[in-house]
Amino acid sequence: MQQPMFSAMRQSIIDGLPATATSLAQQALSLGMAPLDAINNGFVPGMEAVGDQFAKAQMFLPDMMASAEAMRGAMAVLEVELQRQGTERPMAGIVVLGTTKGDIHEIGKQLVGTLLSANGFRVYDLGADVPGEKFAAKALELSADIVGVSALLTTTMRNQKTVIEALEKAGLRPQIKVMVGGAPVTRRWAEEIGADGYAKDAMSAVALARRLMEGKAQSASAAVLL
Amino acid sequence: MRPKLELLDKPLIERILDEAFQLIRGPGVRIAPYGFDLLRSGGASIDGDVARIPEALARQALATVPQEFFLYDRRGDPAVHYGGDDVHFDPGSSCLNILDAETQQARPAQSCDLVRLVQVAEMLPQFSAQSTAMVCNDVPAEIGDWYRLLLVLWHSEKPVVTGAFSASSLHTLLELLALESGGAEALRQKPRAVFDVCPSPPLNWSEFASQNMIDLARAGVPAEIVSMPLAGATAPVTLLGSIVQHAAECISGITIHQLACPGAPMVWGGAPAIFDMRTGTTPMGAIETAMLDLGCAQVGKHLGLPTHAYLVAGDGKLVDAQAAMESGISAVLGALAGINMVSGAGMLDFLACHSIEKLVIDAEAIASAQRLLQGIEPRTESLAVAMFAQTGLRGDFLKLKETRALFRGEQHFPSAVIDRGAPSLDGSAPDILRRARNRADELVAAYRRPEISPDREQAMLAFAHHQSRTAGLEALPGIDRCRSQTD
Ligand code: B12
Repeated sequence: MQQPMFSAMRQSIIDGLPATATSLAQQALSLGMAPLDAINNGFVPGMEAVGDQFAKAQMFLPDMMASAEAMRGAMAVLEVELQRQGTERPMAGIVVLGTTKGDIHEIGKQLVGTLLSANGFRVYDLGADVPGEKFAAKALELSADIVGVSALLTTTMRNQKTVIEALEKAGLRPQIKVMVGGAPVTRRWAEEIGADGYAKDAMSAVALARRLMEGKAQSASAAVLL
Repeated sequence: MRPKLELLDKPLIERILDEAFQLIRGPGVRIAPYGFDLLRSGGASIDGDVARIPEALARQALATVPQEFFLYDRRGDPAVHYGGDDVHFDPGSSCLNILDAETQQARPAQSCDLVRLVQVAEMLPQFSAQSTAMVCNDVPAEIGDWYRLLLVLWHSEKPVVTGAFSASSLHTLLELLALESGGAEALRQKPRAVFDVCPSPPLNWSEFASQNMIDLARAGVPAEIVSMPLAGATAPVTLLGSIVQHAAECISGITIHQLACPGAPMVWGGAPAIFDMRTGTTPMGAIETAMLDLGCAQVGKHLGLPTHAYLVAGDGKLVDAQAAMESGISAVLGALAGINMVSGAGMLDFLACHSIEKLVIDAEAIASAQRLLQGIEPRTESLAVAMFAQTGLRGDFLKLKETRALFRGEQHFPSAVIDRGAPSLDGSAPDILRRARNRADELVAAYRRPEISPDREQAMLAFAHHQSRTAGLEALPGIDRCRSQTD
């Protein structure tokens, strides 16, 4: 029973069908399937296939959006059950995103947010023209793992540094990874301002966020050993 | 007959306008509090941050916009005519990077790069206006905005297409222009510059954009609405849907602008683009982007307004065949559409990067487009028969006096950037990049800085020194000598 169910789940994500994905999630639960099984063996492989096909230019952004929507539908059902069982959703990490103060460009950052949440991150988008303190306050409130800062203007890029300073001031810097991006941003700039990573587009932002989470996990286990 | 290209027929334009008026009525337009009083006074209703603009109010604003105006050069002569089917070109604005002339790698732009670009554009008659083409990374970011304008005014006497990056910096830019023009009133009478102002798609006049529109109207300095629907991302995926959104953004902007000062000059402009669904980028060189530009401009022309568009720019990272192809096609299209100001020449990488070599090559595409606009005209009473009467079937037209008298009018002569020489047998012909670099060097060598009257020069310097010192900058890069500078 499980294998055909898993492949139907996978397909519902690839085809970007939220109603189908939601009803498959419900069926799985009513058949007694563990929610984590449905997630890890059904829906997540679907999202992985979508990522692969997108990278090969066989799928396009609107397809990807539909897949993300289908994923959200399925997760909404499964999360309720996870909570009931007292288990946690296998969440990739919590990300606070925003565009720096003085800058109203949002499209790139939104794309990054969409792909991150499609890939299991919990994303909170603060919007555009956001001062550093607001990043820090939200990160504190959500116990965020990552803060992502976008800047599209030469004149507002330096405010990415202000965000890092605000995190330092709030004493949050040790536990939070900072990633930066946007057209004027370079790897060199990221290093210069002491960010933990830079990504040139949304796909690489997901890879970067995963890497940063691995880094966090390693330093956390190192801390436990000490 | 002047050749002309139109992509929309009249009934379709009427439908576009009809839907645009519907959009500004409901869902309405997001607007910053700065514009609330004006819009309310005109009869718009405001709910939260959304204004609903009645068609009658918008139509009234459209009726007070001047159908034409001039930008003036430093000497006070009219130099750019916005209106009718006149076509002008200027380099693209505000890049982040420059493609280094030696390495052909992108690097952050510096003051001296901007100076060189201005010198080259000053020498090329294809460009009737300059633009504040780069943000210079060797000056502190907080003054980067107006510093570009300072360098352009310092090194050029052509009109300037510029823009502010924030609500407050607009006033610094205006102050600087007024110093150069001999006062705010002189600037209003004979504006040297036009300011790009971008609404945020869809239908959002942000704090920064609302304020710029209103303050420009009050200063009497022309505003150029650069509406940027990105088809499929921040605007409907259909070209027509995006053209409707563009019209609604422009009409709502004009309403705010004309309420602030009826009769203030403004331009129906844009930088629409498709959103590439594979890469999530905004290709400026895509044919659909050019089609959007042409469609949007045609709607503005239908309303009798001055027009602008972003063309002659490309998306590759190098000065290569792709760059030349994208620019060549769109220069011709922009010219055929009769768009008053076509911005974008020299740009690569989705408007992120400038190349002076590309600017020089684009100037050749522009010159060809300008030649095309002159069309095929009868220059002799008999078209051919009279000339045959002289030569019979000998075919020696080269000897005819008509040939000598008329060839200059019939043929445009490209610069040495375009290779029309005999084939080189040893394969040693320089490639286009080398030819473009040589041409840029020649232009810079021949350039002389246009004079500014000493009192205005002093005033500009004092202003610049004062402003830059507060930002911690002592020298004025790009004014205090650049390496290759000849003045
Ligand atoms: C669309 C656009 C706008 C729209 C933005 C709409 C919106 N809601 O976002 C509007 C029209 C509002 C706009 C306004 C302006 N703009 Co603008 N804009 C652009 C344009 C053409 C495309 C940007 C875009 O959306 N690209 C598509 C997205 C998907 O790509 P992206 O943003 O680069 O994001 C990707 C990566 O960078 C990365 N990424 C982005 N953020 C992050 C964050 C993290 C954490 C990570 C890891 C990765 C990451 O991943 C993204 C997805 O792949 C750029 C040109 C360019 N090449 O960038 C100019 C550009 C950025 N704008 C520019 C300018 C000058 C302005 C204005 C000042 C113009 C004016 N005078 O009115 C105003 C800004 C006012 C202000 N204070 O902010 C200049 C910047 C100049 C400079 N040197 O700083 C540019 C380069 C164009 C130009 N040459 O003039 N603009």
